Amino acid sequence: MARFLPFKVAVFFTVLFFMCTDFICCNNGRRVGESLETELSGFSVPLEHSFELDDTGKFQVRGSLQLKPGREPSVSLTQNQLSEEDRAKLKEVAAVDGLYRIRVPRVFLQADRQTEWQMEGHLTAFVRACAMVESHLSDVITLHTDVSGYLIGVSIVTIPGACRGTEVEDEVDLEVFNTTLSIMAPVNAPGPETALFLERMEQETEKKGKNPQEQKSFFAKYWYLILGGAIFLMISNSAQPPAGGGREQS
Amino acid sequence: MGKLILLLLSLIAFCNIVAAVFEDQVGKFDWRQQYVGKVRFSHFDTHLQSSKKVLLATESNVFAALNTRTGDLFWRHVDKTGPEGNIDAVLHHGQDAVLVVGNGRVLRSWDISVGGLNWEIVLDSGSFQSACLVGQQGTVKHAAVLKKSVISLHYLSNGHQKWIENLPESETVNYQAVHSGGNGQVYALGVVPHSHIAIVAYSVEDGEIIKQISVDAPWLSNIPASCAVIGQGMLTCVDSTTMSLYTLDLYQQLQMTQIPLQALGLEVDPDFHPYLVSHQPNPARQPLSEFLLHLGPDHHLLLQLNNGQVVTLRDFKPALLVAFATTGEKTVAAVMSPKNKTACSINLFSAETGRRLLDTTLIYTVDPTGGKPERLHVQAFLKKDDSVGYRVMVQTEDHALTFIQQPGRVMWTREEALSHVMTMEMVDLPLTGTQAELEGEFGKKADGLTSMVLKRLSSQLIMLQAWVAHLWKLFYDARKPRSQVKNEVSIENLSRDEFNLQKMMVMVTASGKLFGIDSKTGSILWKHYLENIPDNAAFNLMVQRTTAHFPHPPQCTLLIKDKDSGLATLHVFNPIFGRKSQVAPPVLSQPILQSLLLPLMDQDYAKVLLLVDDQYKVSAFPSTKNVIQQLQETAASIFFYLVDSSQGRLSGYRLRTDLSTEQVWEVVIPTEVQKIVSVKGKRSNEHVHSQGRVMGDRSVLYKYLNPNLLAVVTESTDLHQERSFIGILLIDGVTGRIFHEAVQRKARGPVHVVHSENWVVYEYWSTKSRRNEFSVIELYEGMELYNSTVFSSLDRPHAPQVLQQSYIFPSSISTMEATLTEKGITSRHLLIGLPSGGIMSLPKMFLDPRRPEIVSEQSREENLIPYAPELIIRTEWFINYNQTVSRVRGIYTAPSGLESTCLVVAYGLDIYQTRVYPSKQFDVLKDDYDYMLISSVLFALFFATMISKRLAEVKLLNRAWR
Repeated sequence: MARFLPFKVAVFFTVLFFMCTDFICCNNGRRVGESLETELSGFSVPLEHSFELDDTGKFQVRGSLQLKPGREPSVSLTQNQLSEEDRAKLKEVAAVDGLYRIRVPRVFLQADRQTEWQMEGHLTAFVRACAMVESHLSDVITLHTDVSGYLIGVSIVTIPGACRGTEVEDEVDLEVFNTTLSIMAPVNAPGPETALFLERMEQETEKKGKNPQEQKSFFAKYWYLILGGAIFLMISNSAQPPAGGGREQS
Repeated sequence: MGKLILLLLSLIAFCNIVAAVFEDQVGKFDWRQQYVGKVRFSHFDTHLQSSKKVLLATESNVFAALNTRTGDLFWRHVDKTGPEGNIDAVLHHGQDAVLVVGNGRVLRSWDISVGGLNWEIVLDSGSFQSACLVGQQGTVKHAAVLKKSVISLHYLSNGHQKWIENLPESETVNYQAVHSGGNGQVYALGVVPHSHIAIVAYSVEDGEIIKQISVDAPWLSNIPASCAVIGQGMLTCVDSTTMSLYTLDLYQQLQMTQIPLQALGLEVDPDFHPYLVSHQPNPARQPLSEFLLHLGPDHHLLLQLNNGQVVTLRDFKPALLVAFATTGEKTVAAVMSPKNKTACSINLFSAETGRRLLDTTLIYTVDPTGGKPERLHVQAFLKKDDSVGYRVMVQTEDHALTFIQQPGRVMWTREEALSHVMTMEMVDLPLTGTQAELEGEFGKKADGLTSMVLKRLSSQLIMLQAWVAHLWKLFYDARKPRSQVKNEVSIENLSRDEFNLQKMMVMVTASGKLFGIDSKTGSILWKHYLENIPDNAAFNLMVQRTTAHFPHPPQCTLLIKDKDSGLATLHVFNPIFGRKSQVAPPVLSQPILQSLLLPLMDQDYAKVLLLVDDQYKVSAFPSTKNVIQQLQETAASIFFYLVDSSQGRLSGYRLRTDLSTEQVWEVVIPTEVQKIVSVKGKRSNEHVHSQGRVMGDRSVLYKYLNPNLLAVVTESTDLHQERSFIGILLIDGVTGRIFHEAVQRKARGPVHVVHSENWVVYEYWSTKSRRNEFSVIELYEGMELYNSTVFSSLDRPHAPQVLQQSYIFPSSISTMEATLTEKGITSRHLLIGLPSGGIMSLPKMFLDPRRPEIVSEQSREENLIPYAPELIIRTEWFINYNQTVSRVRGIYTAPSGLESTCLVVAYGLDIYQTRVYPSKQFDVLKDDYDYMLISSVLFALFFATMISKRLAEVKLLNRAWR
């Protein structure tokens, strides 16, 4: 039986060997979910990008991210224009279906001191260079943090995202980045909704209680019908003389 | 007419049978096999000559009794897993078996005839050292338990403690053994390593210390490993450095007597630790004065200790295994010696004289697909002429037990390796010979018209022949009574059935033994033992070529990886016959990080396996020119990910044309806060039939079906119940884009995850409410599809809509899996293995985040169940009725040829196979389908139309004449 693959463009099969599940108990004094009340002035980190013909990572500064830590961290971006040389290179890379990559340093958004926010290493993401070119440098960059405010990942997509091979004639289209930037913290997953369910149950029972009609017995509900029926029967019986009935039968 | 009445009668009879169809189906589509695990202690029930029981205590914490005639279980008791239920010692006396469990925590007595519990007592804490039965004046009434610092004596009748005494100087002395020779005294033997032996004698009556001596023994470090009590209380030890035997009389002497082995003309094999085996047939008496000395891997000696003098009774060389056995007053030693490459012979020798007993040879054929014999368990009995007869149970390295009777008849074999299945796959069976012949005809290269015609004719002839043979068999079988007709499944007549319901289960066990099991009957069709498998090996079984590519044989590849070093080996085999493949697997010198089975195929239709080593270099298997060329062409679209949970790093790589890799994305989850516990992708053979869901207002909500989506589950490192949480990350494995990130606060693992279609279901423990909860996440694209023809992770700019809902589940769970069917039309169920041993089939419909809290017209139109926070376990959802599956570790699902049917295998200590029909059997006619009625109605209608047509014609003609 040959396996049918519905989606063949990005083929990707992986099997995870093993998950090391060592318990590492570290507590560096920060508590999960506890955020610092002090409003900080924020700091800036570089946003770097790389697009090379041989796909080696030569990261250059694309702009700088202004991060405002706090309970609801905010971010803004100031970025440079692409130089003529870079534009040409980007188009060349796009022509050979190379990658356009970005990276940001790993930072901690709730640190109160400058020395604490920086950690070693970078977070990287990529998009196809052709998509970057064809979307005229309009991209959406999202920064993801974890519960305690560490930056854990970055993602980039272009809108539109497809590579259709359309030529970008105008060099001006590749000059200025049109970036939508956002920062995302994890959402709280809902637990079982017991309170609402109980409330609804209560409402239903109340409704039943308020509406005494529904709780009445069969006779209490339809006594007039039964009475009416009985009277009708009695009348119809008395109206017909029994002798007539006997004559019909014979 | 008579025939019709007969038919009617048979119909009535048939209907009557059908009334009990559900009970009839028990065991028809399902089977269960119960195992006990690797045997640690075994005792034959000898108190009755006719008894046919053997008691087994195993490393899987199971205590069981087997029928020695058939190998079936009489009864079985499954204790807790882990050290809590570990069986430390088994003392068997008469009708009772006393077990020390959980490092000396619990003492239990079982009635072996029915397997009932006599009594159970909890002992004081302290690490367990040794236990023995204590007899006095010919009767055994007590059991002594030696712990690190105390010794206690218990009554066998009710478990009550007779006395408990602290051991003197227990801080310095390691008390390791306890001995009783039936003279009213109990000896606790301790050692101070490389200094002296400490012996304390207690009175059985009141626990008073009668004697306390210490004897210099600077060469001794471990008593159980090198010493044994022999004969009249002679503690005898063997030491390999001084090449000597030492004897010490426990009753009198204060000095050890050294007997150099050289004086006996003996020599120890280099690098072998010699040891002694003594035998005490009755705990109320002294041990025998004969004992065994093990000097080398195949060198044993039967010695006798007589008035301080050691006499060699018999030298067994070569002898693989030797064991004592006693029946009545006679004690024998069974010796297994190699005969030739494929067989060993077992002989009995009298323990007293060392003479070989006549007519006691037993031939044991070594299974070439099994391991070497490891232990010998001998059941001796007295024959009518008072000579000794025996049967042996041979335990091999692959955890198999073989019970053999003279002169070498194998009575039964138990494959206890199957009690620990690591991973499995189900492979389609090959086509029948005739089908294969036809297939082969089309597979071959065309060579001229005439030869093709001839080929066709020959294959038609073969088919005719097969058909005639089939008819003949039917005719032949029909004459036999029904009970005798058995469809014996053997490897020769294996073939695919009409609906592909019978498959080959390839199971990989922790011992390194592979099994091929017929899914219909559960019989083992082939086995193969892989030697030198590390204890902590991780296995990954992949089907590289299925049976669909005749004449190429199907091919499975097993990747065995040492978890410590990361070094891996490949075993390539044919899953139908179990034979090792001719294809030589590559030698992997570097540790392997990841393996991927690509959908690319080489010219022989084998899927390409990519192996990523720790230098991020990629090697392919098979690595023919064709494969390399294909890889180079598609390299730009081959992405893979690696997970390093110790650093919290998830990284994505892309293949380059020169088969090196480049990192393209990286996500780092700080390990100070949370750690990655599981990463789940989707199954590659999963099909989704419907792209969307029809809403109440007739619009369509499209599912987000990203085949590269990964569900990453993390657990917080802070385990405080207020601050612990579980994180769920939905991430694209190609681009590294995080689609959804959620935390379940006040929750703790273990988390069980199932990821399929457009949904992820996970189960966790809520620390706040102290209960198990289920949560379901569903992903939707929205009301319109972005690109309906192909899916590409690189071109999906819009993030999916995420819906989530949680439920309370009234039980904890052991494992979870989703059903799988051929085309994905059938609705999905979740198969949940419960710790109670039940396997529950929970409709996915109940785990739907769109279940409305307030019922509306539209939700009713959509058939959504109104939200209720609790999921109820309904007893009719259990698919294994009363066939409890102990310690379920995994559930495997496979599609069958019928869309409605999914094959399920649950494995743990037991193996259970069944079929499930999540949407009922919509594509199958029922067993009691009334063919006769339907066809008779059809015929009747047909004839009625014919007759009425004729009548109408006649009428018209008559009218025309008028």
